Amino acid sequence: MTNSIEEIEFTDAILAIGTNTTENHPVIGSCVKRAVRRHGAKLIVVDPRKIPLVRYANIWLRPKPGTNVAVLSGLMNVILHEGLLAKEYIETRTEGFDTFKETIEKYTPEYVEEISGVPADDIRTAARIYGEAEKASILYTMGVTQHTHGTDAVKSCANLAMLCGNVGVEGGGVNPLRGQNNVQGACDMGALPNVFPAYQQVASDEARTKFEKAWGVSLPAKPGLTIMEIMNAAHDGDLKGLYIMGENPMISDPDLTHVEAALKNLDILVVQDIFLTETAQLADIVLPSACFAEKDGTFSNTERRVQLIRKAVEAPGEAKADWQIISELATKMGCATSYASAEKIMDEINSLAPSYAGITYERIGEEGIQWPCPNTEHPGTKYLHKDNFSRGLGLFSAIDYRPSEELPDDEYPFFLTTGRVLYHFHTATMTRRSVGLNERYPESLAEINPADAKKLGIREGDLVTVTSRRGSVKVKASVIETPPEGTIFMNFHFSEAAVNLLTNPALDPIGKIPEYKVCAVKVEAA
Amino acid sequence: MDQKISLTIDGKILEASPGQTILEVARGNGIHIPTLCYYKGTTNVGACRVCVVEVENARSLVASCCMPVSQGMVVMTDTEKVINARKLVVELLWSSGDHNCLQCEKNGDCELQDLVYELGIEKPRFDIDSPGYEIEDTNSMIQRDLNKCILCGKCIRVCNEIQVHEVLDFSMRGSNAKVGPAFDADYIDSECVFCGACVDACPVGALTFKQARFKGRPWELEKVRTTCPYCGVGCQMDLNISDGKVVKVTTDSEYGQPNFGMLCSKGRFGMNFIGNPDRLKTPLIRRDGELKEASWEEAYSYIAEKFASIKEKDGPDSIAGLSSARCTNEENYLFQKFMRAVIGTNNVDHCARL
Repeated sequence: MTNSIEEIEFTDAILAIGTNTTENHPVIGSCVKRAVRRHGAKLIVVDPRKIPLVRYANIWLRPKPGTNVAVLSGLMNVILHEGLLAKEYIETRTEGFDTFKETIEKYTPEYVEEISGVPADDIRTAARIYGEAEKASILYTMGVTQHTHGTDAVKSCANLAMLCGNVGVEGGGVNPLRGQNNVQGACDMGALPNVFPAYQQVASDEARTKFEKAWGVSLPAKPGLTIMEIMNAAHDGDLKGLYIMGENPMISDPDLTHVEAALKNLDILVVQDIFLTETAQLADIVLPSACFAEKDGTFSNTERRVQLIRKAVEAPGEAKADWQIISELATKMGCATSYASAEKIMDEINSLAPSYAGITYERIGEEGIQWPCPNTEHPGTKYLHKDNFSRGLGLFSAIDYRPSEELPDDEYPFFLTTGRVLYHFHTATMTRRSVGLNERYPESLAEINPADAKKLGIREGDLVTVTSRRGSVKVKASVIETPPEGTIFMNFHFSEAAVNLLTNPALDPIGKIPEYKVCAVKVEAA
Repeated sequence: MDQKISLTIDGKILEASPGQTILEVARGNGIHIPTLCYYKGTTNVGACRVCVVEVENARSLVASCCMPVSQGMVVMTDTEKVINARKLVVELLWSSGDHNCLQCEKNGDCELQDLVYELGIEKPRFDIDSPGYEIEDTNSMIQRDLNKCILCGKCIRVCNEIQVHEVLDFSMRGSNAKVGPAFDADYIDSECVFCGACVDACPVGALTFKQARFKGRPWELEKVRTTCPYCGVGCQMDLNISDGKVVKVTTDSEYGQPNFGMLCSKGRFGMNFIGNPDRLKTPLIRRDGELKEASWEEAYSYIAEKFASIKEKDGPDSIAGLSSARCTNEENYLFQKFMRAVIGTNNVDHCARL
């Protein structure tokens, strides 16, 4: 997030696009609801599904799946034509505006209605709410990113925010809400193929020299493979060994048939986890880890706040903290590494990651600190880009709408879109072992609109078969008005009804993110 | 604009801002006024009348939680009149419910018990007449015993004003008044999303964490503050430990950012995995097609040899690692360092995209 969670409550307008936040980050969801109910903020929801937040919205735009870029362009078209733009901000803080403006010209509300199905007048109303607000916050999540045009949609969000001068101000911002406890930290720490900690490029000679000196080895300059490329390389036999720590691609990755073949094709698969997950069951070696309650360390939350976790109970059996396992394995492989505690590792991070330089255990004992925090006197950063963007001027990108890779046709007439439900988390290795959560949501459900259900003769609780070009799953139907007609929604928590047997592994060309939010399926009574 | 007001509480001359209540000013200055229904950050309702104080020249006792301060106000929090009124309120509450501390989870952490003790009430002057509601135990998360409910409404306000789940409210009137979801449904049959905020807010034993019942009394529990392992909000919470096990999760608004004492169903009730018998306890190595228990030494040697031989034969780029958005910063740092410095490849990623 460019801004902080607490700012959401006190902003004037919120545009929540592609984010079912009340189920995925309920505490932020409550923050949005308080903004509306208690402080009079206006809320625009953009989502094909009738998500719980719709009940609180001043206006709900319901685009066809995969048409976010068109909707955002429509909003900007209205803002441009009605003069709701922040002229001075655009002149002094941004560049690329003219080319951007030319591209936006054709996205009239009427044209956008043709693409997205959102009524032109609703586009106008929503644009006025966002454009007229003194400060406005954009919230988005995977509903924006998990498309083959996910990067385009994120850039469109940034364009919209800059157009109205909403970046670098309190209560504004472009705010992706992170879905996993430490996905922010994993990125910050350089668990990515192209960057060292704090986003220092592996291809940069300067950065490499710095880390070579610190670690006492020579380092490769060529950026590595992304997760999907890793699976493809394993499938093709180019990759021989894979070490997986705390991930479960046999549920979480698209086109699971392909993933399984890839993992089975490896010479060695090492899986380090707290349970014998679907992925660990395919491993040659399984290493038992301590869970969050059994070790010390830090997580970085969605607003870049670094906070402590503290050991509360002992790990079972011989399980060890992941950091201990890695450092013992490194030592075994001839690279003596030894840390007395997690805090000692943070000391090393402080010295190598400039944005974490001032984030010490001592300082985050009571309340976390938000990076960038360049030294131990610095209070941390509540919101980014205050006077300058990271690159200097904010860059407007000229973006055209592109359809999703796989659209419904005669054979596969439904959209399939996927996500999470309130009571489960990701591949559900933790939540499905929690008694209460399973009372609330014991088995997977495929949501289908009542009109579609009627046509297909499907009733609540019937078993249905959902089939895509890649696979087929049987699952119980939930006949409910949440999805629009022509769209099925399924969660990815349950291995018995693994929706990722169906999803399309088509990737965004830049973000390399799979198109989980749109593929084509057929539905039959099983 | 921000003119200060001067007033006297219990003989102390104090400064306050316009709009502050007597209770806020007193608490801000270390003067104790007991309350049962006050909940910071929500509407002041003045329901319980325990916070009454005497104000000079006022016709009657006033509820300090609702009364804004004014210039020259003289407040007494501890007069005989005040104490008698408080006693009456507490005795009425005591006698209108089943406040039996023997098996109550809140024994030792109960605001009504604290008040009875503070006011030195031997027994209520009224006959005890519990309403006789059935105890609701139809879900495994929240147990509801309305016989202990004192109708303070804190659960209602936290549900509606802080969490904005809009599930709980009062129903019925007078002595039949009760708190609950619409249509008097059990929690499990209602729209309740089991964030558990109502349980944290309940000052007595009406709402308790069911799985923690009889697993440790308040003074036996060790609270360890940590960060929730689920979504990216990073809620601050306390794991309540008894006998080496996590028995419940509570939180505290004083922890501040980012959740100000709020949680969701996963943070609150999603911790059974920690001590689950399915947890991996030893390394496993596949032998003859089956995963069999092994020692750490065997596992490390196996991996080290295999990775070394792949590296030699096919180069470091034929090895890759997936780090984890579930693990700590320190672990992610070490993992990428291991892949880059020990294996010698940049093939490291994690599931940020999934």
